[in-house]
Amino acid sequence: MMNVLTVARKEIQEGRRNRWVLATTLLLAGLALTLTFLGSAPTGNVGVNQLDVVIVSLSSLAIFLLPLIALLLSHDAIVGESERGTLILLLSYPVGRSEIVIGKFLGHLSILAFSTLIGFGAAAVALVASGTVISPASWRAFATMLGASILLGAVFLSIGYLISTLVRERSTAGGVAIGIWLFFVLIYDMALLGGLVAAQGRAVPALLLDGLLLANPTDAYRLLNLGSGAASTLSGMGGVAAGSSLSAPILTLALLLWAIVPLGVANIVFARREA
Amino acid sequence: MTSSVITSNVSKHYGRVAAVRDVSFDLKSGETIALVGHNGAGKTTLIKLMLGLIRPTSGSVTMLGGDPARGDFHVRQSVGYLPESVSFHMALTGRETLTFYARLKRVEFSDAELLFKRVGLSADAVDRPVRTYSKGMRQRLGLAQALLGTPQVLLLDEPTSGLDPALRQNFYDIISALRADGTTVLLSSHALTELENRADRVIIVDRGVKIADGTLDELRHIASLPTRVMIKLSDMEAAPQWSGDWCRQSGGGWEIGVDAADKIDLLKSLTAEPSLLESLTLAEPTLDELYAHFLGRQAAE
Repeated sequence: MMNVLTVARKEIQEGRRNRWVLATTLLLAGLALTLTFLGSAPTGNVGVNQLDVVIVSLSSLAIFLLPLIALLLSHDAIVGESERGTLILLLSYPVGRSEIVIGKFLGHLSILAFSTLIGFGAAAVALVASGTVISPASWRAFATMLGASILLGAVFLSIGYLISTLVRERSTAGGVAIGIWLFFVLIYDMALLGGLVAAQGRAVPALLLDGLLLANPTDAYRLLNLGSGAASTLSGMGGVAAGSSLSAPILTLALLLWAIVPLGVANIVFARREA
Repeated sequence: MTSSVITSNVSKHYGRVAAVRDVSFDLKSGETIALVGHNGAGKTTLIKLMLGLIRPTSGSVTMLGGDPARGDFHVRQSVGYLPESVSFHMALTGRETLTFYARLKRVEFSDAELLFKRVGLSADAVDRPVRTYSKGMRQRLGLAQALLGTPQVLLLDEPTSGLDPALRQNFYDIISALRADGTTVLLSSHALTELENRADRVIIVDRGVKIADGTLDELRHIASLPTRVMIKLSDMEAAPQWSGDWCRQSGGGWEIGVDAADKIDLLKSLTAEPSLLESLTLAEPTLDELYAHFLGRQAAE
């Protein structure tokens, strides 16, 4: 356990030193603040809770950005160290291979969580500072959104680690990571939409739709954030959510599995690999 | 003396390529061993096997009484390793790097701090990012991490390649001190001359096979390479009057190769009339010649 923390700590130290933490935090905060103030313009003061608007815009932002940042951080976690030659020395130390993987993962997750909390939190702080009154329900939804965003980041970190243990070269890892990102963030939903159009209004079995939504972590995330409360009306996701039996606990569970399973497989692959 | 490392009939195949074939040796505590071979002869593979980073295809490796591939804490803690052309995380400083490795080995950082002095890494360099380090400084940091926790076995892969002579000397001084403490030190190298007088024992590998193993004297004896005797005569025009195949040297001197058994007799007759000689030089076969001999023998088989 101590080794895990040592490895995680070094990963955070490195992230701070090479400006990863600073860059992602500033990027997320900058975009979040922009969306907050641009987003408040059209609604004006018609009574819609402004934080709910922010939740809708931030989750749409997070769906694109967090997987990308997570994959950028994690895709060379193992293969990069192996290519730079630092891995072989680390493996000669009294530290287990799973401790290396989990430690590095936790380090990256802390970086991502920090950036998300500070970056997105800045939007909420800015709203409060500008004198907006926010209901407790909106605060809860906002907290859920933050938690879900970190979980979404964890999912793609985990996928990145799996890529990083499977491939032999950094450049391959980068290519695969971009492919994965495009697939889950863009292609999957377009294909799903295309499928629904092709079905020409015939009812898609609910179970199939649920399965398809859970099979993509970004869809599970979208549904978790936008499927209920005030956000569902604002985003138009209410319709999808109503037709699906997926509750928040199930969606959370799906995201947790998405975060744990690839990392577990990465651990097994790495344990078997020869350095 | 107890054995720290034992390899018995170890082979390692990568697909159809045999990187190491049927290698057996025994490294004792307090022994300094030179592992010598061309690039690609299997030196690094042997070191990785001893570290347990890879598993032998057949045969067995024992490190400090255990299987290194099991990764026992006390075994890993007592082994220091300096990889060939060691690299570190560029963004961290020397101190942060060593602290990280010290934590993993459960070494007090105050002890780690002393190592900077020992390897000669200056105080201002310690707090600079490793990115700014020269090759020599990186190698010093590499040695510092290998020395963490006073290891019983030290495996140094090409530790002095590309270092300047002063640093090399520094390196060997540290290794001599370790030998006195009973540490097993294994140095791999393809530059042989610099290992002369440093190693108690030389193991030569070629294409994955161990082709020689012994002290330098033993190897010289086995190879029975001639000692070279070089003389300069007082009379530059004269030819040497002693029997044998004297060869004229470019500087006007004469040279002959003589077997160990005949060496004393030749010297006796050479020095019988001192006025004939201007100078006399003896050259024992160097490690390079020895190495070439064993490689040549291997190729002939």
